Amino acid sequence: MKRKVVLLIVTGLFIFTSIAAYAAEKSYKVGCIYAITGKASWLGEPEMNTVKMIAEKINAAGGINGHKLELYIEDSQGQNTRAVNAAKKLIKKDKVCAIIGPSRSGTSLACVPIVSAAKVPMISCAAAESIITPVSERKWIFKTAQNDSDAVRRIYENMNERGIKKVGLITGTTGFGNAGRKQLKSMAGKYGLEIVADETYTPADTDMTAQLVNIRNAGAQAIVNWSIVPAQSIVPKNMAQLKMNIQLYQSHGFGNIKYVKAAGKAADGLIFPGGRLLAVDTVAEDNPQKKVLTAYKAEYEARFKEPSSTFGGHAYDAINIIVKALKMAGDNPAAIRDAIEKIRFVGISGSFKFSPTDHSGLDKSSFDMLTVKNGKFVVLK
Amino acid sequence: MQGKDYIGFSVFVIFMLALPHWISNDYYLGVLVFTAFNCMACVGLCLLMGYAGQISLGHGAFVAIGAYAAGILTTHLGWSPWLAMGAGVLAAVFIALVIGVPSLRLKGHYLAMATLGFASIVHIVSVAAIDITNGPAGIIDIPRIKLFGFALDSDIRYYYFVWIIFAVGLFFAINLVKSRVGRGLRAIHGSEDAASAVGVNITRYKIQIFILSAVYAAVSGSLYAYYVNYIDPGPFDIMYSVLLVTMVAVGGLHSLWGAVAGGILLSLLPELLSMAADTFAGVGIAYKPDYDTIVYGGILLFIMLFMPEGLFGGISTLGSLVFKAIARMAGRRYPSG
Repeated sequence: MKRKVVLLIVTGLFIFTSIAAYAAEKSYKVGCIYAITGKASWLGEPEMNTVKMIAEKINAAGGINGHKLELYIEDSQGQNTRAVNAAKKLIKKDKVCAIIGPSRSGTSLACVPIVSAAKVPMISCAAAESIITPVSERKWIFKTAQNDSDAVRRIYENMNERGIKKVGLITGTTGFGNAGRKQLKSMAGKYGLEIVADETYTPADTDMTAQLVNIRNAGAQAIVNWSIVPAQSIVPKNMAQLKMNIQLYQSHGFGNIKYVKAAGKAADGLIFPGGRLLAVDTVAEDNPQKKVLTAYKAEYEARFKEPSSTFGGHAYDAINIIVKALKMAGDNPAAIRDAIEKIRFVGISGSFKFSPTDHSGLDKSSFDMLTVKNGKFVVLK
Repeated sequence: MQGKDYIGFSVFVIFMLALPHWISNDYYLGVLVFTAFNCMACVGLCLLMGYAGQISLGHGAFVAIGAYAAGILTTHLGWSPWLAMGAGVLAAVFIALVIGVPSLRLKGHYLAMATLGFASIVHIVSVAAIDITNGPAGIIDIPRIKLFGFALDSDIRYYYFVWIIFAVGLFFAINLVKSRVGRGLRAIHGSEDAASAVGVNITRYKIQIFILSAVYAAVSGSLYAYYVNYIDPGPFDIMYSVLLVTMVAVGGLHSLWGAVAGGILLSLLPELLSMAADTFAGVGIAYKPDYDTIVYGGILLFIMLFMPEGLFGGISTLGSLVFKAIARMAGRRYPSG
């Protein structure tokens, strides 16, 4: 009897101390700000799903150097004020060591002053290059989405290969469309191209015939339709109706299979620079990204019963970069920041090579030229 | 201003200034700074809606004008933040005059329609006039405002700064509604014909109060720009104008304190819900952000159904009901004889 009691006490003590020892290995806290609800929830939802999925996997495998990865997820609703409050909450209240997100360029830029003042690294999942440039003023900010300018490079290089000289632009009047229009116009000269028409449409427009006729009359040999809103699918349709046979280029904002469905048969043959996740089956076997892409797509789709998206891919890259940095440097924010600048990582959006002068880590190789064949995205051969 | 108002005002100001002693976390202070911006615009809107009986569905646009004046003039032209804020106020005054003069001469809710149209024009301009407003990409690196050479670069400093500005604005508004002008305005709200018959120049009063309310909104917008240091068209869309009207209506139209209460409630609510979500997650209940909308709608519905006077009036009524009940019970126990 006595022995039993002693045994019990000893086991009890052992369990207690081992729990205490486990608790002493404090968890690594990482904050996430995503537009989970609201107008941009199509961005935030896959991003949230992805980071949760990755964190569970890491913790199931024993965490990072024995530390549990703890995520604090905040909903920005796509609004600047909410994003600013969320960033403050994560930094001051939850005391996270790094932030992933926000989802949109506007909310990311609104958070820049806060994370910079608090000296906490942030990896935005939005595309605008002003988020990370100039690097001297964006010491604490990184991003994982591909650069607009690289998409323009791929389009213009393809035009050079085909001997196209005169280009007509048609862009949507949103942030994405405006940023693209600016890049397209400023870089055309470098590739020996002439912009002969510069048309726009609003997200609510239902017919672009007038703009397309202007482009045709200007003698364009190719059209670039740069937009991220559903209205962009009307352009290929109108072109088919007008029997315009010149090559149509879309931006990476076309990378959503819904837009292909909306354009129907007219989408076949258009060309656009896109993330490889969209056409993972047709990506060359020897591409270093092939394995990562296939695994992520399979895992995400099995778990959430919905198609994977490149936006979830931005979150996949961001959280994996943070995890790498945590492994290298522990959870000191300044050490994480320094570590990120040294990271080489093959992810969903491309092969990242961060450096003290490059906080995007991606170049034009992050895009492949894709085309639409029988209603599906395939790599352009 | 009467004794009662002085006491209420002083208690409120002392409470707000003492608050950082209990909550010093920058996150909470930041939320309260945004609350002050909303309250500022609400007080102006309340003067117009509650006292002059006119609805503006475009007050978010005046906030946008204040914010964009601050953003554009300080970053593009290198003006001092104070000067830019003054220019924003002047622009708001001018635009309010242009909109107000024709629409307020007419009877009925023409101002509501004019301001609704105006709000969407301002939003379109802020999105499409890329050379001036930088379009949807927004204006970055807006400088912080300085007070006597003292940069307001921390949340605590900015907290005191905006709440003191708000207190000044509120003090002025309270005095205004208790003055001859205020009585005239309430007469207009009651009946325009009667007010006109007793010698109130209704058009002039309405235009003046509309301009004043635009000034409150513009100041709120400028302060927002200097605090966040970044603006894009997003925060100033039509929904923001509607939110301001909701704040005033929820708080109680007929009292400036109601506007303050509504502004505080609806500014804090999203953050309170987010904190509630953390608590739920702590005890193992999955609270999805999507539920926010339901809770939000439920609270608004409850206030509108059971507190038609608004939050402030509702609480006063509730208080007097409780007081009466106690008095009745006391009366029963000690029957007067």
